[in-house]
Amino acid sequence: MLDTFFNIAIMRAAWPILLAGLGNTLLLSATVVPLGLLGGLVLALLARSRSRWVRWPLMAWVDFFRAFPPLVLLIFLYAGLPFAGIELGGFGCVAIAFFLNTGAYYGEILRAGIDSVPTGQSEAARSTGLTRGQTMAFVVLPQAVRNVLPDLMSNTLEVVKLTALGSVVAMPELLFQARQAQSLTYNPTPIVAAAIIYFALLWPLVRLLSRLENRALRTG
Amino acid sequence: MIVEAPLIVEARGIHKHFGALHVLKGVDLLVAERELVFVIGPSGSGKSTLLRCLNRLEEPSAGSVMVDGIDMLDRRTDINRARQRIGMVFQSFNLYPHMTALGNVTLALRKVAQKPRDEAEALGLAALDRVGLRDRAGHTPGQLSGGQAQRVAIARAIALEPRVMLFDEPTSSLDPELVGSVLAVMRELRESGMTMVVVSHEMGFARAAADRVVFMDDGLIVEQGPPAAIFAAPQQARTQAFISQIQRH
Ligand SMILES: Nc1ncnc2c1ncn2[C@@H]1O[C@H](COP(=O)(O)OP(=O)(O)O)[C@@H](O)[C@H]1O
Ligand SMILES: [Mg+2]
Repeated sequence: MLDTFFNIAIMRAAWPILLAGLGNTLLLSATVVPLGLLGGLVLALLARSRSRWVRWPLMAWVDFFRAFPPLVLLIFLYAGLPFAGIELGGFGCVAIAFFLNTGAYYGEILRAGIDSVPTGQSEAARSTGLTRGQTMAFVVLPQAVRNVLPDLMSNTLEVVKLTALGSVVAMPELLFQARQAQSLTYNPTPIVAAAIIYFALLWPLVRLLSRLENRALRTG
Repeated sequence: MIVEAPLIVEARGIHKHFGALHVLKGVDLLVAERELVFVIGPSGSGKSTLLRCLNRLEEPSAGSVMVDGIDMLDRRTDINRARQRIGMVFQSFNLYPHMTALGNVTLALRKVAQKPRDEAEALGLAALDRVGLRDRAGHTPGQLSGGQAQRVAIARAIALEPRVMLFDEPTSSLDPELVGSVLAVMRELRESGMTMVVVSHEMGFARAAADRVVFMDDGLIVEQGPPAAIFAAPQQARTQAFISQIQRH
């Protein structure tokens, strides 16, 4: 049993392959999370536009990418777009698919955060002569982010987990590497190792998140 | 009323509609330099809306607003520069909860008045000193009592050296024992010659400190005059009803 699922020799052999996968998972997360946050911020700010010609297409955009399964989106980009002569490569496809999907989620979270800041805050800021942009940057956004920090973190957690989808488009992230190692060694140990690595990576985030959530429950 | 000092606030013919709701129905409010005008009236009569039209937090539907010689409604006016000259204090303080008291006071000094950090902090500490809270500079709003928070809000406004201060029910959300400290700061401001427009229910303060009391009802100024005259011998039936009602409390 131990030899099947926890074979030390195989673990050792697979280690460099898994580490390379972990590196790619981290690189992918470090690309997609900031991109998604940035896209989400743009969506959240545009959602406050007074013009419905801005707001309606935006709502449609957000709804569309929240409803669209990211795996389907990813496979479409990877396997569908080449028929139109567009080759984005594994990394490009994952980055774009996740940006579209996760940006829409971050956008909704940030929009709720901005809405949660009382209007008196921006009125006070504007009454001292701050511009709309300064008011957003120095007064509203810091409070908005603080108010939805648990949601932002839990979305980030989902994004990191979702990077495993990259394996279906041959993106050499952690899961893909683990499956490579598994098929080379005819042994499931690399998958177990990958699971442990995912857990070690995400568990501190989960802990932090539940502490934040408990604090929010106590204070709010 | 004989106006001798130059006018700081000249609002004329102000109308404000919120959709179908006609909230201000042609209000003229002229305030001379160093004058303290005290605005009273039933809830919903348009007092807050009038104040907010003066610094264009609300856009009047019609009328003109000049403050310190600046046309507040002219599209070419740099509204953010103009607002530096008009301090505003709100019923709910509206301090920035993620900043210290000093951070609250220095934000506009740095970003609007463009002062370097050390100069802004010196000015901010001076403003906090003026409201008796220099020793609270490092506290966040959550660590302050309501009275202290409102005084920090006053410091935030006066740090920009405004030409006129607008107060919208500054003591209405305070516990009774904390009202005095805020009124004392307002008295000191008044004695230093600040031009002030105050919406409030603190009739004692009005008697002691106001030059003129303005009674509003249903979007119009119904009656105005010196506090003694308005409180002791109101001319209009609506003013009489309002005064006798608040004096019963
Ligand atoms: N932003 C707004 N949208 C719609 N109605 C408003 C708004 N602000 C104020 N009102 C309405 O305008 C009227 C006057 O309000 P306000 O100026 O706050 O009165 P007061 O300060 O004298 O109590 C009230 O009926 C209020 O409901
Ligand atoms: Mg009001």
